[in-house]
Amino acid sequence: MVALAKKVDINNSIASLKQKVAMPYLLLLPGMLWLIVFFLSPILTLVSTSTKEPGLGFGEFIQTYRWANYTDALVNLQEQFIRSFVYALIATAIALAIAYPLAYAIAFKSGKWKNVLLVLVVAPFFCSFLLRTIAWRQILAQDGIVFKSLVTLHLISPDTRLTSSAFAVITGLAYNFLPFMTLPLYASLERIDPRTLEASGDLYANGIVTFRKVTVPLSMPGVVAGTLLTFIPAAGDFVNAQILGNPSTTMIGNVINAQYLQTANYPLAATLSFLLMLMILALVLVYIRKSGTEELV
Amino acid sequence: MSKKVSKKDLSPETRAIINSQVTRRGFLTGAGGIGVASFLGLSMAELNAASTSGSVRWANWGYYIDFDEKSSKYPTLEAFTKKTGIKVTYQEAIDDNDTFSAKVSPQLKLKKDIGYDLVTPTEWMAARWIASGFTKKFDVANIPNKKNVIDLLANRPLDPKREQTLPYAGIIAGVAWNKKKTPAGFKTMDQVFDKKYKGKRQILVLSEMRDTIGLIMMWQGVDIGGKFTEAQFMNAVNKFDQLIKDGYIGQIKGQSYAQDLQSGNVSHVIGWSGDIAQLNLQVGSDQFGFAVPESGGTFSSDNFLIPSTAKNQANAEKLINYYYDPVVAAKLSAYINYVCPVKGAQEEMAKFNLKQSKNPLIFPTADTFKKLQVFRGLTPSEQLKFSTAFQKVSGNG
Repeated sequence: MVALAKKVDINNSIASLKQKVAMPYLLLLPGMLWLIVFFLSPILTLVSTSTKEPGLGFGEFIQTYRWANYTDALVNLQEQFIRSFVYALIATAIALAIAYPLAYAIAFKSGKWKNVLLVLVVAPFFCSFLLRTIAWRQILAQDGIVFKSLVTLHLISPDTRLTSSAFAVITGLAYNFLPFMTLPLYASLERIDPRTLEASGDLYANGIVTFRKVTVPLSMPGVVAGTLLTFIPAAGDFVNAQILGNPSTTMIGNVINAQYLQTANYPLAATLSFLLMLMILALVLVYIRKSGTEELV
Repeated sequence: MSKKVSKKDLSPETRAIINSQVTRRGFLTGAGGIGVASFLGLSMAELNAASTSGSVRWANWGYYIDFDEKSSKYPTLEAFTKKTGIKVTYQEAIDDNDTFSAKVSPQLKLKKDIGYDLVTPTEWMAARWIASGFTKKFDVANIPNKKNVIDLLANRPLDPKREQTLPYAGIIAGVAWNKKKTPAGFKTMDQVFDKKYKGKRQILVLSEMRDTIGLIMMWQGVDIGGKFTEAQFMNAVNKFDQLIKDGYIGQIKGQSYAQDLQSGNVSHVIGWSGDIAQLNLQVGSDQFGFAVPESGGTFSSDNFLIPSTAKNQANAEKLINYYYDPVVAAKLSAYINYVCPVKGAQEEMAKFNLKQSKNPLIFPTADTFKKLQVFRGLTPSEQLKFSTAFQKVSGNG
């Protein structure tokens, strides 16, 4: 009788062990399914489209496993690739230069205005991305205040144009992604324990040294997160170049957009999309390695 | 679009346009729909009667038909249903010739219903449909009004006898300018790309290849409606490339170019006639000029055609016939402001809007028509090659 009870007990514990092993997988299932349906299968479709060649009919593409599509795209469109990364890099640098003091002020100096200022940082999101970008065209237009002031100050000649230029595109990128830079910076600056700053002062460090040796290193996770959140979307953006640029300032996003919707050359568009993803991924990996920050906020 | 004038200063039509905020190759309009309101107010019984007489499913471009904001109905379509009992399922399904056709072509190839009995792609795309065998020939007996098609469009290479297509509306591309900046306007392409505009990036051109390259080809003396060669096309693309590199062209754009013209960002544009008509209506004066250059302008049309898989061919034909009635065509054109392809519509429009009926951009004069050419149909391989070259020069490929 006792032995039987024991056997049942063992069976029960085996069943519960099995359950324990299966549980994590069961819990993972919804997430995995989601990833398979909405990430893996689109990526595979993208790669499969990228090796096709355009046929002659409507939206007709023939699978020829033409991997040369990749080298062709790199050779023919290196200009736009390089431009995308250079613009995104400059825009990220500008955004960092503006956002760091801003986030610092909000985190340490704003007092009771802190929440109001944070809302103001996010406020542009209440208005459409497109509208904000189009607004920049008016701001920089020939009869706009920026242009007129710069001409009055003799900083630019009346013949120059601010719109339809690389300047306008980079300005637009830096502006549009500024909140993505500001918020992670604020989050990591805000977390800094004021006592570490006091300790630095107690050890006879002046304000500049404290900032350099304590504040900056402690805010690095925010800097890394902010630069990534700015750089990645900026490199793939096409709206700013389309609205604020000219035919010589097009970025890779514009090419992808035009190849999908205007030329209907899906293989080239897919090739470019995949290449852009790979390049950004590679750059980001190198960057995270170099900056040595594993903790991304 | 910026509103420099107060809404109160504007005419009712203009306010309707602004309020409706519509766009199809520029902002088409709310104007002219006035006067057709009397067609509204169908009783339920009539609607039920209609549903018993069959239906027709029509895919058209966005904002490309008369629309009554108050009732959210299409007055001419309502009147059609009332008259014939045929119920129309109207869908603004075409946003782009390429994307729309790419979407429905797999079903057409498999001979499966695409969900539409009537579609209105642009002529060059209509030609590709015909070449692919995606169309049905009209039963001419159902379209007696076919005889009303204007001469310029009666005999087109894509369909010389108009056996399977009929134009819905015509679009002229030419040069448009702000009269405040250039009171004298532009008569030739040499003036459009005068040396004084070099490096200023003050000119905006259309992203529609057939219009922009078409105007340049005509400038170079090429007959774009005839058998031009690939070399001649590429020659124009090279010229275009040079104009971009020399800083003449500031931007290459679709429908939003009109805003730049209005805001003074650009001095002049290669644009579409209907938009300029709208822009003038919107500002309430003749501030913007439009001309077809002496070397010629492009003319294209969106065309009714019946897909090979249509289930309600006869009803689709009756609908086409209806829009070829000059009275109906006048109402439609007064609203959409593009070139009316129907003979006799001008006289009909004069009865309710004399001023608009004299608008040469809706009813171009014989002299204007002489200068217009339609870009010839391209073979599929030419289409791919040409549009790739155009995108490349535009910085997009």
